[in-house]
Amino acid sequence: MTLTLDAPRIVETRPLLEVHGVSKSYGPVQAVRNVSAHAYPGEVLGIVGESGSGKSTLLRMMNLEEIPETGSYTLDLPDVSGNLFELDRFARRMLCATKIGIVYQNPHLGLLMKHSSSGNVAERLLVAGERSFATLRQAATEALDASEFPLDRLDAPPIELSGGMQQRVQLAKAIALEPALLLLDEPTTGLDVSVQALVLDTLKRLQQDRQITMVIVSHDLGVIRTLADRVMVMRRGEVVETGLADQIFQDPQHPYTQQLVHAKL
Amino acid sequence: MSLTALTKPWEAMSYGFLDGSAKRELRRKMLKSVAVPGCQMPYASREVPMARGWGTGGLQVSLTLVNPQTRVKVIDQGADDSVNAASIRRFIARVAGTPTTKDALDADLIQSRHRIPEEILREDQVLVLQVPNPEPLRPVQPNMSIARQMHADADYGRMWLQLYEQIVRSGRVMQGASYPSLVHGRHVMTPSPIPRWDVPKLHMAKHLTILSAGREKRIFAVPPFTRVEPLVFSDVPYKVEEHGALTCTRSGTTGFFMNEIPRDDGSSAFEVSDSEWGVKTIRARDGNGESRGETWYKDGEMPQ
Ligand SMILES: Nc1ncnc2c1ncn2[C@@H]1O[C@H](COP(=O)(O)OP(=O)(O)OP(=O)(O)O)[C@@H](O)[C@H]1O
Ligand SMILES: [Mg+2]
Repeated sequence: MTLTLDAPRIVETRPLLEVHGVSKSYGPVQAVRNVSAHAYPGEVLGIVGESGSGKSTLLRMMNLEEIPETGSYTLDLPDVSGNLFELDRFARRMLCATKIGIVYQNPHLGLLMKHSSSGNVAERLLVAGERSFATLRQAATEALDASEFPLDRLDAPPIELSGGMQQRVQLAKAIALEPALLLLDEPTTGLDVSVQALVLDTLKRLQQDRQITMVIVSHDLGVIRTLADRVMVMRRGEVVETGLADQIFQDPQHPYTQQLVHAKL
Repeated sequence: MSLTALTKPWEAMSYGFLDGSAKRELRRKMLKSVAVPGCQMPYASREVPMARGWGTGGLQVSLTLVNPQTRVKVIDQGADDSVNAASIRRFIARVAGTPTTKDALDADLIQSRHRIPEEILREDQVLVLQVPNPEPLRPVQPNMSIARQMHADADYGRMWLQLYEQIVRSGRVMQGASYPSLVHGRHVMTPSPIPRWDVPKLHMAKHLTILSAGREKRIFAVPPFTRVEPLVFSDVPYKVEEHGALTCTRSGTTGFFMNEIPRDDGSSAFEVSDSEWGVKTIRARDGNGESRGETWYKDGEMPQ
């Protein structure tokens, strides 16, 4: 009796998100210089760096709001191919609406302040073509519930809500369509420490439940440490160091990272 | 050949008031707007001897379309005899020598503000609607360049959001007149301030409708047999004004769009808004057998 074995294979996972060699300048300011990054499915990539180091700019490019001068961007998803920076405005908008969720540093950028909170979430589904009022209401309620938003304030406009609640509305909006990629720009900055911990908790739970790939930007190492699997350190528009979270926090190589980590401790 | 042989003899005024180049501009933009139903076309709006906002857009279209045989009807809020309608009608007749009429069936061209006649219009008729605000996206996007981009992308999420908000706040859609409607499955238009009652009349209508805004310099059209669908959620049906059961105190006609007339005792009386339909009903009642055409609404309901 002969036993046939499969030929040995290398199990290969391809990164879900890959950004390659992007540069962007605003007039004389070079905001991002030749940055590459990637994130595997289900992974949380943290980006740290001082103020003005180009973190938000990089994230806006990942959300296709900003197109860099050079570089490429791919997402390994069904029906998505090629360099996403080359998509036209229409294709870009549909891709962002259905595959990518974003939470902005400033809630005013991400929310319609005078519409209801549930409406803010429902808008996502409306853009994607949902036309049943009952379904919209249901989906908005579920997303807000998943981001631990108090449901008795469902129809309050964000302008009347606290900062923590506003971030939860943004988060609900971002996850309403079950995106493959969630981008978070300083989701907890400006919140007091206890609220910050609650929002971080929600994020962590969401990540565990849904296995969403996340990119989280923060200048707060504590936030990054709580959430990120891998960390990228940026300074003056460039990446100075990347590595696993533990590695970066325990054994930083670059002098700037060392300074950062020690300042925190 | 001398130059004088080529030039037209001097006239005090062009036929139909507008000069040749103004009419050519309007004709071109009308053709464009018919080619892309519901899409707003910018045009070079001319001065006419009337203040902007009083129907200058509609008037320019009418003046371009008329010839000496065109029978013209002008209505304002359904009435042929309001000052504004009478002045416009007289002006067109004077500068174009056209016959005028009050009968919707008899007219070749109907210029209207706020209403569509109750009788069904035919293939050979043109309806010109005066539009004050042609941009349906204005309430949700004050920046007009971005609004144009949104039209180009068919990005109407915000319009739907507005309806969602109204249902959440008030339990129903509050939008009364100029209910946003999707034309030919592509462009959302504001059908001028016609009541919700009149919007279904545009859907797959046999006649051509041209909507023109003189102050905003935009023209758009609903060609014959074109879909016009009011934006509604699949589970919240479109409702027209509840006038189906009201009776006109003057003519006794029932099941048409009414004007409410408050009375001293606090109650209200109703009078049919399409005044010529009321007149025809009275004549028919008095035995002056005048032909009343088929109406869009039957027994106060729009047949599907
Ligand atoms: N729209 C813009 N126009 C001009 N300059 C810009 C613009 N956006 C960003 N910049 C510049 O690019 C650089 C990087 O900005 P960015 O917002 O990406 O920094 P950041 O790392 O997010 O900082 P922070 O931690 O303060 O949010 C800054 O010098 C900023 O002034
Ligand atoms: Mg930033």
